[in-house]
Amino acid sequence: MNKLQNFTKGFFKENPVLVLALGLCPSLAVTTSIENGLGMGMASTAVLVGSSTLVSMLKKYIPGSIRIPIFIVIIATFVTLIDLTLQAFIPSLSESLGLFIPLIVVNCIILGRAEAFASKKSVLDSIIDAIGMGIGFTIALVLISAVREFAGTGALYGYPLFQLMGIEGFKGSILMILPPGGFLTMGLILGFMQWNKVRKAKNTGGK
Amino acid sequence: MDFSHLVVIAVSSIFINNFVLGRFLGICPFIGVSKKIDSALGMGMAVIFVMTLASVVTYLIQTFVLVRFELQYLQTIAFILVIASLVQFIEMFMKKNMPALYQSLGVFLPLITTNCAVLGVAILNIDATWADGSHYNFIESTWNGFTAGIGFTIALLLMAGIRERLELADIPESMKGTPITFISASLIAMAFLGFSGMSIM
Repeated sequence: MNKLQNFTKGFFKENPVLVLALGLCPSLAVTTSIENGLGMGMASTAVLVGSSTLVSMLKKYIPGSIRIPIFIVIIATFVTLIDLTLQAFIPSLSESLGLFIPLIVVNCIILGRAEAFASKKSVLDSIIDAIGMGIGFTIALVLISAVREFAGTGALYGYPLFQLMGIEGFKGSILMILPPGGFLTMGLILGFMQWNKVRKAKNTGGK
Repeated sequence: MDFSHLVVIAVSSIFINNFVLGRFLGICPFIGVSKKIDSALGMGMAVIFVMTLASVVTYLIQTFVLVRFELQYLQTIAFILVIASLVQFIEMFMKKNMPALYQSLGVFLPLITTNCAVLGVAILNIDATWADGSHYNFIESTWNGFTAGIGFTIALLLMAGIRERLELADIPESMKGTPITFISASLIAMAFLGFSGMSIM
């Protein structure tokens, strides 16, 4: 696998949320607006890149039998760094993400990449993989939050599209912002992914 | 000791802010272990057990170590380490002393370390405040951990019951498996939304 493939595989082909179904909690909980989704995606990417780099650098010195606790401590350290940075520089984002910033620690994407990739490959490959996966996670979060924000408030990234076009009256359904809307959006997006897969399999099978 | 507080905590964490359906904590086991009612019950019991103990231990760590030595910024690292070692310890203890219980709950224990509901309840216990600005005390924290575990188990059992029926239902091919599970979860969450109108504070 060359470096470019390694970088882009996380975007769609092995998208952590939409294909591998990892990191579902944050991708449902914080995706009430694109701003939150983007913020969470970027915070997780930063943690992922940091921890993958460090794990990959230390892979020769980490004893196999206690590697998981060591990975968790490394990840928790980067989460604390990001948490304090957000509190200091972007307090509004820190407030709206709230509990889910410390919970990046238990996001299975990050531990999964440390275990499956960074602890085996070179530092450069691990960084490329981490950035790619992080972007894939961010893409998924932005996609889910765009659907929810639009259906829930009629706005995209805070801009009320319909009102800007001069159409009044579409206020959206608050249900999409509330928990049921999160589950519904996720179900429909995963259903679409599956539909696409089934369709492709049928096309190649027919030839 | 104010007993009305305990009632408020129980109703709130089981129904109004159900961990899975209202707060989106612990979605991975909710989707992953809800295929059979038996395994859902086993997972639920293991989560209740670990959440209660984690609430006890993290409350003590917070009060007597982190606050005492002004190390609150180490909260995330300290809590996740404590929870991971607690789960490991429970597993070893059960294997040695309660083999029958280990047979039924043992397989779920390693999965719990990465269940965000456990770390979530530990942090919520510390962050939560009453109307007068006071924090949860030791008993309230423990009770919150226990009832949050019960709320998780109820959600998991409801889902497992529905999924056992879904096995036999005629579902469009592209919605089979995880997608239809999320749609069902959405409908359950909608029903639980009805509780949010209750004001008991």
